[in-house]
Amino acid sequence: MTAIAAHTTWMTQRQLKALVRQPAYLIIQFIQPAIWLFLFGSLFRKVAELPGFGAPSYLDYLVPGVVVMSALSTSMWSGMTVLEEIDRGIMDRFLVLPLRRSAIINASVVMQSIGTVIQSLIIIGLGLAAGAHYPGGAVGLLVLLVVSVLVAVVFSALSNTIGMLARERETIIGLSVFLLLPLTFLSTAFMAPALMPHWMRIVADCNPVNWALEAARAAMSADPDWARVAAQGGGLLALAVGVTALSVLTFRAYQKSV
Amino acid sequence: MSTQAQDAGPARATHPRALAIEARDLVKTYPKGVRALDGLSFTVQEGTIFGLLGPNGAGKSTTVKILTTLAQADSGSASVARLDVRAQAAAVRRAIGVVAQRSGADPTATGRENLLLSGRIQGLRGRELGRRADELLDRFDLAGAAGRMVRTYSGGMQRRLDVAMGLIHRPEVLFLDEPTAGLDPESRSAMWDEIARLSAGEGLTILLTTHYLEEADRLASQLAIVECGRVVAAGSPDELKARLRGDAVHVELAVPGDPAQLDAVLRQVPEVREVSVTGTQLSARADDGATTLPALLIALERAGISVHGIAAARPSLDDVYLRYAGRRFAEAEEPASAASQPAQPAQNPSGGTR
Repeated sequence: MTAIAAHTTWMTQRQLKALVRQPAYLIIQFIQPAIWLFLFGSLFRKVAELPGFGAPSYLDYLVPGVVVMSALSTSMWSGMTVLEEIDRGIMDRFLVLPLRRSAIINASVVMQSIGTVIQSLIIIGLGLAAGAHYPGGAVGLLVLLVVSVLVAVVFSALSNTIGMLARERETIIGLSVFLLLPLTFLSTAFMAPALMPHWMRIVADCNPVNWALEAARAAMSADPDWARVAAQGGGLLALAVGVTALSVLTFRAYQKSV
Repeated sequence: MSTQAQDAGPARATHPRALAIEARDLVKTYPKGVRALDGLSFTVQEGTIFGLLGPNGAGKSTTVKILTTLAQADSGSASVARLDVRAQAAAVRRAIGVVAQRSGADPTATGRENLLLSGRIQGLRGRELGRRADELLDRFDLAGAAGRMVRTYSGGMQRRLDVAMGLIHRPEVLFLDEPTAGLDPESRSAMWDEIARLSAGEGLTILLTTHYLEEADRLASQLAIVECGRVVAAGSPDELKARLRGDAVHVELAVPGDPAQLDAVLRQVPEVREVSVTGTQLSARADDGATTLPALLIALERAGISVHGIAAARPSLDDVYLRYAGRRFAEAEEPASAASQPAQPAQNPSGGTR
């Protein structure tokens, strides 16, 4: 177990260093959410005045939406890193070293989590500065962080799996572009469920991005609905475990295909 | 030619005949039904440089992947450093160093960081690790570039770093898969010197795959010629050449020859044997090339076959290859490198300042 922990740490450090050395990428990753927040915040401000919206200010409503959308959009590119490491032979070199195989997958999950937490904290901070209220307090925000990390784990594992299976950048790029907006807009990220068309609400119920939002908003309200948090969050957790297991299986298949 | 390598043989005096690598009847078929290995067997003695020579797609890299635990054979068995590659894979990974065809160094990390990470995974720690990394950086002339990202390295520097990474834990067996592919002549010859020194000085066992005849001839004390997933000939370069008996005779015809006609003509020159014709190239063997050439020329001229050039030479590995694989080495290379290796050009641009 200690070996796995040590190996995971080394593999994570390696990726963190690489990330810090690409400041342009890092800055874009952290500025983009600010743009979403500003853009949607200005564009849809009056939406909160619609009868039946149910939130006092649109900014309050928007912050969890942007947090989860950003976690989604960043994590869907994770497969690109995996693909690059396969193409460059880095993956194969690690596989002929006495390295715990699980450390490779673990490091990917840890990296995504760290990135998502930092990104989410920046958005929460920006929201606060712009005057958003978080009536659920620290506990509510913690739930928001946890579900955004789970969203990142689900979609990075999915992206890694597709990267290892398709072995083509284009597939990952296409899928990311194809999925980001539908998954975001077929959820309550920017619009209250009461104002969504009926069919869209049904689709949203099946959308893991929406599970994260429902859990986060339930925990962030002044009167948290913990049963709802547990139900939606639990579903998300189960999905995260399932998709990660899938990526582990794909990784084993990759090792056999070398 | 290969004296350096041969001298290295007795370096490990305790086990003069111990085998560092043993491959038995390896078979590997890839999903599309390509039979990469078709009953490949060979053995490598400790402390020697062994060369696997063959064109692209012959099965050399697949063999290396199986011996280094990256891939598994469908059938057959193999041991490296007296450990079974399948049952004792983890122990094998500690005993070997691997330099694959594709670099494998992390381009966004520095040379030193790459070395340190490899060392850590191999179980080195603290000051011992730092000292070993510095020692290798010095030795491979990378000390000045140690703090630079590998992305900025030239092809030769990157290859030297790859070898250093493979050596960090002082492995028993080092695998070098096409170590000089894509290097400029100067870097190639520097790499050859370093490889020869590794075997001579440290008694390291080295398995080298190459499709450069010159490289195999110069470095390997023993070699196996691989063709279509099998070993078609094995021995020391000198033995393989000696088995050919006599000199090589090469004739360049003005127009592609008719094999039947040429056969009839050459029958009049009894010294000439093992004739083969591909296009305008006619190759044969003769005990004494110098005295055979005039007779051969006369016979060809009488038959009205015009000749552009004629030469006799001591046998080369190229002739060995022709004898066992049934075709010239360069011919074997062309179709294979064009068809089965689409990844080849893509990995070269990393070479930087070549």
